[in-house]
Amino acid sequence: MKDDVTLMKGNEALAIAAIRYGADGYFGYPITPQSEVLECLEAQMPWETTGMVVLQAESEVAAINMVYAGASCGKTVFTSTSSPGFSLMQEGMSYMAASEVPALVINVMRGGPGLGTIHPSQADYFQACKGGGHGDYHMIVLAPSSVQEMADFVALGWDLAFKYRCVSMILADGLVGQMMEKVVLPPQRPRRTEEQIRQLCPWAVNGRKGMRPKNIVTSLELDDDKMEENNHRFQATYRLIEKNETRCELVDTDDCDYLIVAFGSTARISMKAMEIARKQGIKVGLARPITLWPFPVKHIREAAKNVKGILVVELDAGQMIEDVKLATECRLPVEHFGRMGGNVPTPDEVLNALKEKFIND
Amino acid sequence: MKEEIIIAGFGGQGVLSMGKILAYSGLMEDKEVTWLPSYGPEQRGGTANVTVILSDERISSPILNEYDTVVVLNQQSLDRFESKVKPGGVLIYDSYGIHKVPTRKDIEVYRIDAMEATFELKNAKSYNMIVLGALLAIKPIVTVENVLLGLKKSLPERHWHLMPQNEQALRHGMSLVKK
Repeated sequence: MKDDVTLMKGNEALAIAAIRYGADGYFGYPITPQSEVLECLEAQMPWETTGMVVLQAESEVAAINMVYAGASCGKTVFTSTSSPGFSLMQEGMSYMAASEVPALVINVMRGGPGLGTIHPSQADYFQACKGGGHGDYHMIVLAPSSVQEMADFVALGWDLAFKYRCVSMILADGLVGQMMEKVVLPPQRPRRTEEQIRQLCPWAVNGRKGMRPKNIVTSLELDDDKMEENNHRFQATYRLIEKNETRCELVDTDDCDYLIVAFGSTARISMKAMEIARKQGIKVGLARPITLWPFPVKHIREAAKNVKGILVVELDAGQMIEDVKLATECRLPVEHFGRMGGNVPTPDEVLNALKEKFIND
Repeated sequence: MKEEIIIAGFGGQGVLSMGKILAYSGLMEDKEVTWLPSYGPEQRGGTANVTVILSDERISSPILNEYDTVVVLNQQSLDRFESKVKPGGVLIYDSYGIHKVPTRKDIEVYRIDAMEATFELKNAKSYNMIVLGALLAIKPIVTVENVLLGLKKSLPERHWHLMPQNEQALRHGMSLVKK
């Protein structure tokens, strides 16, 4: 067994993967079920090895604005929080989108609304994928379903954020954050040098040294025509992201009669329900969106081509189901099954829901 | 090979640590591993449980309907999880404080006196290693060598001097098992 293969919690994998990516800074405020991110970073003390800053802010509002500032300088920065904390960050999210700065924001969802519970939920889907902050903006939303993906999506999230000058979000839940699994860690990369940042981010505010015109990073544009032009540019970027970066895993969809669509932890539970169903002779397939925005419309449409019905399994009252209905243009029955408030269904509950909605009379 | 296990008892009995050692042992054998704790306020004195899955293949759900092996260390956990043992599966319970014994006939039931053994060894902290020893004697899903390697990997270095005591407890637990 190699040293880089180890066992850790999803939250710890986020922290270690960020250090190894060569992150410049983390700014966050602790909240269950993701406090291990900050705890793990502080235990690792990366400021003594890579020089990375780890700072516990006074609030989530402060943390997101620290990320905004770091990102404006072209630095590789991130924050992590859970649902109530993410609500506090919405102003910053919208400002960062309008300022076109690259950053990584992690939401390990818990049961809501309000302060709610500390147990798993997926009820921030709308908030992550349909705005949350004000204005026409999107961020790339990645949905890990294993500890390995928690580690991998840190690098993917930052790569995409810098490529498109947008915010990437890892939308996980308490289950993926708290469970331990085997994980292969990426190699340690050095932090970017000032010179590398100048090349990669010519727009960044990191000192002119008399060599280039002044850079301004702002979300304020009082000239309506210029602001409309900005909006057209944002939308063009979003169309490009939709074209290039849509990701989805399809499992046993070639011959399926029924399709389950689920992401993150519910995709794992649904996979077990699918295994049990197949043993009973019911042909079930699974479509697991990996990017929730952009939503894998074509993948779902293709997987649903010959099915009798689609069951959307979520830890909420029915949010992603709207995107599944849009993707399939309401041509076939799409039903929802979910638990709420921090409760998680068993594989049997998922399979019974599928039978009740489509098979039993 | 795939083994789906749940260990349940009081918070403080070392349930989560025992699961962690088992998970690390699986890692030493290059298996796929998932460890899912019950997390939250119930860990302070209430009931705690942990699901551990070891498999040669990709693991689907960390949440399960039923288990190959159920290890219960108090009455509440026995009441809750006896019905969750797969037919033909294994139920292991500590007799300490149990007033309502398991009744199922379609599973293998093992009673172990781990708490009493802990009193004899005069080392309360070795309780979960005794239980783990008993589990391995009944179901040798990982080797003792790999458990010791896994234990070492799961412990911070400052606790490595306790390894011999842990090994003693583990082997004592293995000797407790009689059907």
